Order: sequence, then C-alpha cells, then structure tokens
Amino acid sequence: MKFLVCISHVPDTTTRITFTPDGKAFNTAGVQFIINPYDEMALTRALELKETLGGTVTIINVGPLATEPTLRKALAIGADEAIRINAEPTDALFVAEEIAVIAKNEKFDIVFGGRESIDYNGAQVMGMIAEFMEIPSVVIATKLDVVGTTATLEREIDGGKEIVSVNLPFVVSAQKDFAEPRIPNMRGIMSARIKSLKVVEPTNTLKPTSSVAFQTPPPKSECKMISPEHPEELIQLLHTEAKII
Amino acid sequence: MSILVYAETWDGKFKKPSFEAMTYAFELAKTANDTVTAVVIGPASEDELKRAGEYGCSKVLHANDSKFVSFCPSAYTAVLADCATSENAKTIVFSQTYSGKSVAPRLAAKLKAGLVSGAISLPSSSEPFVVRKKCFSGKGFTDVQVSSDIKIIAVFPNAHHIAANSVSVTIQTINPAIADALFNTKVNEVKKTSGKIVLTEAEIVVSAGRGMKGPENWGMIEELADALGAATACSKPVADMGWRPHHEHVGQTGITISPNLYIAIGISGAIQHLAGISSSKVIVAINSDKEAPFFKIADYGIVGDAFQIVPKLTEAVKQLKSSH
Ligand SMILES: Cc1cc2nc3c(=O)[nH]c(=O)nc-3n(C[C@H](O)[C@H](O)[C@H](O)COP(=O)(O)OP(=O)(O)OC[C@H]3O[C@@H](n4cnc5c(N)ncnc54)[C@H](O)[C@@H]3O)c2cc1C
Repeated sequence: MKFLVCISHVPDTTTRITFTPDGKAFNTAGVQFIINPYDEMALTRALELKETLGGTVTIINVGPLATEPTLRKALAIGADEAIRINAEPTDALFVAEEIAVIAKNEKFDIVFGGRESIDYNGAQVMGMIAEFMEIPSVVIATKLDVVGTTATLEREIDGGKEIVSVNLPFVVSAQKDFAEPRIPNMRGIMSARIKSLKVVEPTNTLKPTSSVAFQTPPPKSECKMISPEHPEELIQLLHTEAKII
Repeated sequence: MSILVYAETWDGKFKKPSFEAMTYAFELAKTANDTVTAVVIGPASEDELKRAGEYGCSKVLHANDSKFVSFCPSAYTAVLADCATSENAKTIVFSQTYSGKSVAPRLAAKLKAGLVSGAISLPSSSEPFVVRKKCFSGKGFTDVQVSSDIKIIAVFPNAHHIAANSVSVTIQTINPAIADALFNTKVNEVKKTSGKIVLTEAEIVVSAGRGMKGPENWGMIEELADALGAATACSKPVADMGWRPHHEHVGQTGITISPNLYIAIGISGAIQHLAGISSSKVIVAINSDKEAPFFKIADYGIVGDAFQIVPKLTEAVKQLKSSH
C-alpha cells in the first residue's frame, strides 16, 4: 500500500512568537522548528500500518530549502522517502493543489496529515486535497484501521465522536490519540541521511489568500488578586464588574 | 446576489454557532446592502427553520432528502456549491466547528475560493477584503487578505456575538442532484458525550489540572461547573493519566476554546496550555503557588488551596443565582 504523509515545518511549541517590526512577517530569528505535532501523529500511524500491511511511506512538504532538516527528521522516524515542493507555503489552496497533483498521479492509497498546523491553524489543507482528488476526507480523526480496501475511522464531532467507514483512496487528518509519536533511534538517524529527498518545482499558481499583517495579543492588564479567605468576592466581581455571570 | 451561511443543525435544531454565523453574515450583508440565505442540510422542522429569520436570514434553502440524514463532507460540499451558484453568492459564512472544518475547505477547493478559517471579527475592509484570525495557536493575530471572486469565512465559535435581527423569511425545499459517488462516507455510529454542554461552544469553562491530585477529586470541579452552567476541561497531563477523558484536554495539542470565562484550577499555566485558552474573554486562576505563570495572563486570581476555595465558590454561585 502507498501512504503519503503531509509534513509541515512549524515553530517549536515553546517558542515565544514575535513579528518583524513592520508587522508583516513572523520573526524566525533564533526559532527552533519541528515537525507539526499532528503531522507526527499521522506519520506514526502510517508507519504502523506499513508494518502490518506492507507498503511504503512517502512524506511530502511544500516549503523552501530551510524545511529539509525537518524532513530528514521525519525520515529518521521511519519514512522511506521525501518529496519537497520548492515554494513558500503561503496559501492553503496552493499547498493543497500542489500535493493533490502528486498524490493523484502517483496513486497513493491514503493521504495523511495533521488536524491543523500549529502556526497558521488553518485546518484547511487536508480537506482541500481531498476535494481536488475527488476522494473522501475524514478530518480530526482519533483512530484509523484498514481492512482490505476499506478503512474504519473514529473522528471528533461537536459534542461527541462518530465512527465512519470509507473506501480507499481517502484523505485523513490526525487528532491527538491517533498514534503515539516515536523517538528516532540512531539507526534511523544514520539512514535518514541517505534516503531519497526529491525536490520538485510547483506547477500551480492559484493563491487566493495571503497574510498581510501580524500582531501579538495586547498585553494583559494586571491580575486582580482576591483573598483566599473570601473567594465569594470573586463571584461578586464576575457578576458586577466583569458581568459574565 | 446574497451572502450564504451554512447553518448546521444537531438533532434537527440549529446549533449555537449557527446563530453566531447567521449574525455575522447579517452584519456583513448590511454593509454591502445584501441579504442572507441560510443553507440547511438534513432534517429540521418548519418551525425550527423559521428561527433563521429571527437572526437575519431572509431565505432558507433546505436540502431535506433522506440521503442527507447522515453527514458526508463530499455530498454536503456539493449541495453548498449548488446553492452558491443558484444564489450567485460571493461570500459564504461557516462556523469553524468540526463540521465546518470538514466542509469549508472542500468547498473552497471546489469553488477555487480563498478561505479564512477561525475568523474573529468582521472584515476590516471590503476592498481589499481583509479578515482577522488567530495564528500560532492564539499567540498572535493575522490579517488575511482574500483576492478570489468567491470568499469563504469560517467564524471561530464564541468569537462573534448572537443578535436578534428579525426579518421575514421564506423557506424553500431544495433537491439538488448529487451524484451517488459523492455519498462516499458511511456513518456507522454517533457517540454523544452525554447531555453535557459542548466544550467548544461553552460560554463558561471550569478547567482543572494536576493540582487536583487525582480523579477522585473532580466532584467539586463538576459541582462548580454545574452551578455556573459551565463545561469542564483539563490540562494535558490530566488527560494523559486518564483522570479525565481526552476530549476535555485543552491547549496546543488539545482543543482551542474561546469562552467568555475560563476558570483554571490547579493548572500551572504552561505556554502550551495557554495557547488553547488565551483568547478567553476573562480568565481566572486559582493556584497555591503565587509564582504560577497563569497569574501573568489571568484577570482575576486567588492564591490558595483549591480544595478549600472551590466548594466556597460553588456556594457563592448558588447564592448569587438564588437571589436573582
Ligand atoms: C509538545 C507539547 C505539547 C503540549 N501540549 C499541551 C496542551 O495542549 N495542553 C496542556 O495543558 N499541556 C500541554 N503540554 C504540557 C505542558 O507543558 C504542561 O506540562 C502542562 O500543561 C502542565 O499541566 P498542569 O498545569 O495540570 O500540571 P503542573 O504543571 O504539574 O501544575 C499543577 C499546578 O497545580 C498547582 N497546585 C498544586 N496543588 C494545588 C492546590 N491544592 N490548590 C491549587 N493549586 C495547586 C501547582 O502550584 C501547579 O501550578 C504540552 C507539552 C509539550 C512539550
């Protein structure tokens, strides 16, 4: 079976986010980048399925040269090969169309990704890929099992969970519980260096959105402290001052 | 021309975020001298559909065929694309709920439309069309410019108010011809998490962390939540240790919420936790450690033992409610 996993390259979760003085870009100086945590869950499940069902796991990323160390890390975790589409991933539709073209041409059975990337929090790319490929999509999935050409998934819905089944090929996006990420071992790290990382140029041009300005949240005003002897004062303040209860 | 809004239902009733999306669409339509058309897919009574008129929708398109009873992203996308064409809609509004996340991106790809997901305010300008959303899991905001002819906005739940805007409404049953092949997702089972308040939609959230010491101590957390009419949430280690179900886990790797009031009890306030809740309108921290990072972003704080404080808060809430 052929598994494709979309990998996005994002700032580490502990990063203090700042923007350039003109407010037009994210300030990457000194920032550590990681595999988007949800993508890592997706990758792990793809590797587990490969171990039971056989096949190959290919990772794909739309990004500049700077994302390659992140792709090597995904190869160290166990992916077989990598594809990098050499372009800035500034628009979700553009990213999705690039990936969909390759996924369709190379007849992947399952296209995996994360629930959202933790930088732009779009939660857009996976659904868009599915629509471009005209195949089913199950997003925010917490479980995936495959038997023959049918997959059964559990996904989150507002106020519960849903168990669904779809036929291959399909697109899935991972939510926590999908799989427990693995730490790469020495052998993985060594072999990652020699695995294939193919660079291809983009073929689409449609980019309907762009982030034109950034801002950090306004600084919080001082925290009002309430005596632990009189917690009921908090309830009064929430009622009379904040007016939310 | 009109603005389209995807009005989700649950058990035949509009969800709360649907009223937020309708209000958003109505306010947007007002500035553009447009009207709002709601699209409802799946069963809903005539009386329920009429409620869309109370929130500014002058037309409801209802796809009521039995095929639409269970949710299927590809088929629902096709229905919405059909309605967008028939109404000549240039703006389509969703709520960024789980269903919204399933359908809006597909529709964007189908219509080659730019999508702003998780919008937190109305467009700041229409030419160019710019909408603000959160980014970096709540650590920043970005203004997204959309240049496509058709624009899709998915509004972050609880970020936009609900306002009554009564208009006269016509209800039209539609029967779009959707190819059988698009019904490609079979729903085998829907498991509802009891009758509790849905965390992503809750206006008040009571959340607790490792400071509660063990799952046996959650009784007082639930009592406070019940008194406030709040949903309950927790920090990551609490879910990881199995003290609470995973769907309650908020933060960078859990869910992101934006309630009016977030009460954090025995949670230290790690950056990954704050990422999921930082856009709450009012934040309360209760922690025995006065240096806990949570106090840096809280509006109100109490330094003290949660086991002493929480029951007293519940008492005070009950008193307040009984006096009104
Ligand atoms: C990649 C990554 C992703 C992560 N994602 C998330 C996420 O999504 N969500 C999340 O929550 N965490 C996340 N974390 C974990 C995060 O870094 C913290 O470890 C976690 O939030 C701490 O949980 P806590 O505050 O409940 O526990 P602790 O840090 O142990 O804090 C417990 C707090 O309770 C207080 N306390 C103890 N006893 C009492 C008492 N009797 N009364 C009052 N207060 C008391 C203590 O003073 C302390 O502040 C992530 C970490 C990583 C590395």
